[in-house]
Amino acid sequence: MRASRSERVMGYAILLLMAAGILVPITAIVLAAFHEPGATVRGLSWPDTWSWSNIATAWTEGHFSSLVGQSVIVCLIVVPLTCVLAGLAGFGLGALNTPGRGFLTITFIVGMTLPIEVVIVPLYHDLRALHLTDSLVTLALVESAAFLPFGVYWMKTTFAGQPSELSEQAMIDGASAGQRLRYIQAPLATPALTTLAVLYFMWAWNQFLIVITVISDPNRRTAPAGLGFFVAPHSIDIPLLSAATLIVITPIVVTYAILQRKFVAGILAGVER
Amino acid sequence: MKAGRRLRKRQWLGLLFVAPALLLYGTFILYPTARTLNLSLWDWDGVNPAVWRGLANYVDVVSDPILRGSIVHALILLVFFALAPVCFGLIMAALLTRHRIRGMAAFRLVYFLPQVLPLIAVGIIFRWIYSPNGTANGLLGWVGISSDRAWLGEWNWALPAIGLIGTWVQSGLCMMLFIAGAGNIHPHLYEAARLDGAGPVREFFAVTLPGLRAEVGLALTVTVISALAAFDLVYITTGGSPGHRTDVPGLVIYQRLVAGDLGHAAALAIVLSCLVAMAAIATSRLSKVEAER
Repeated sequence: MRASRSERVMGYAILLLMAAGILVPITAIVLAAFHEPGATVRGLSWPDTWSWSNIATAWTEGHFSSLVGQSVIVCLIVVPLTCVLAGLAGFGLGALNTPGRGFLTITFIVGMTLPIEVVIVPLYHDLRALHLTDSLVTLALVESAAFLPFGVYWMKTTFAGQPSELSEQAMIDGASAGQRLRYIQAPLATPALTTLAVLYFMWAWNQFLIVITVISDPNRRTAPAGLGFFVAPHSIDIPLLSAATLIVITPIVVTYAILQRKFVAGILAGVER
Repeated sequence: MKAGRRLRKRQWLGLLFVAPALLLYGTFILYPTARTLNLSLWDWDGVNPAVWRGLANYVDVVSDPILRGSIVHALILLVFFALAPVCFGLIMAALLTRHRIRGMAAFRLVYFLPQVLPLIAVGIIFRWIYSPNGTANGLLGWVGISSDRAWLGEWNWALPAIGLIGTWVQSGLCMMLFIAGAGNIHPHLYEAARLDGAGPVREFFAVTLPGLRAEVGLALTVTVISALAAFDLVYITTGGSPGHRTDVPGLVIYQRLVAGDLGHAAALAIVLSCLVAMAAIATSRLSKVEAER
């Protein structure tokens, strides 16, 4: 392609400018976290002395050891549960001639556009009446239910798009539906399933509204919800607040750096539904 | 799909595969949605007997300044969460289609980063950036405007300030979507346009923009929903202040819910769901029309 030198330079300049725009706020919070405790931080400023004590203080004062642990528990329930259920349902709707599958598919598609706000009103009240609040299991089940529609649709599309020859041959050989799923179609769908798992991990780690609706005891919530609660009493101590923010974003950013391709594939899958 | 159609045999067993997902989804999403629809017709504090109100809660959503205001604010946020990122993305795509970009992987890593961060953390980062000592005033100082405004506390600036956080979150995604999409436009189309003597501007409107129609539709669907159903960012940055100037539907629903005004919370939630559904249908049309061609 023909492009003049000046055009090329301008293109890169704009790309770099935009990248800087994204990175400046994040850099600012990282630098702020390493300032002296209680220091007044102005804009983007290099700390005079690097202080690690904010991280330690935020960790203990914000009860982050239990909050991060609870986040991990929720992710450990949500990700496998949603992947298995979405895989099974996607197989039923995409690969089998299940009666009523058109209607069932639409039922799940409706769920992809429902905002969380529409379910929190009865959940907040009814779960309290049934004494089911303040439980990580309830939280994980509600999150899973909210995340399922996308996964079911995604896996249905995946299974429906697989070449039918292999599974037809298996069917002629007398393989049951379960055997076909287990030995042929699920292994073929592994890339789609891992993309889904990464997306679900991200959603479960970052979820906020469901957490504060289902769990009323701030110390029994997840890391982002705990961070939300940490703000009010510490809003003036910028280094401490930045350190707490750093604690909450580090796990997801590190996972993103390692599994970059899967994250991008997952985010794009979420967009291209 | 083909296998099923060819065999024409109904597989009742398939229902067993769908049942667990349907059960969970039905219990915690479909049933509560139906409950919300019902609750929206009552006046109920969650404790005392409910009083039938019919559609009166919906009348309040339209007439009450706070409830109606929250919807108006969500529509204003559309400009910042959806329109601005899509425009940025299109400008970038237009500037970058003419040559190959080196180091795209590194740019991609950065541009997707805001999508990965929890919005609560993003909100906290910007709370400080918008504070009197923050980076926003610092940057203004660099260009010669001295300011010690607390942007999120200003009556007229708080909502646009929140909106710009949305622009920050969504722009990278739109750019990456459009740059990838522009890569799929056939080079012959550009050559033809240039042979016809089209400059960069005509080339953009004649080739790039029509070629990106599907991507624009996808980007709008996601960003529009993120604006209408915004909660985390507003909850953590302003909580609706100053003077209800930054109330959005999600926030008002949560506040009414906690305060024991379930009828209005439910009615607003139903109105919000309808708005989101309408927006989703309208924007997905853009990408579907392209697919049918």
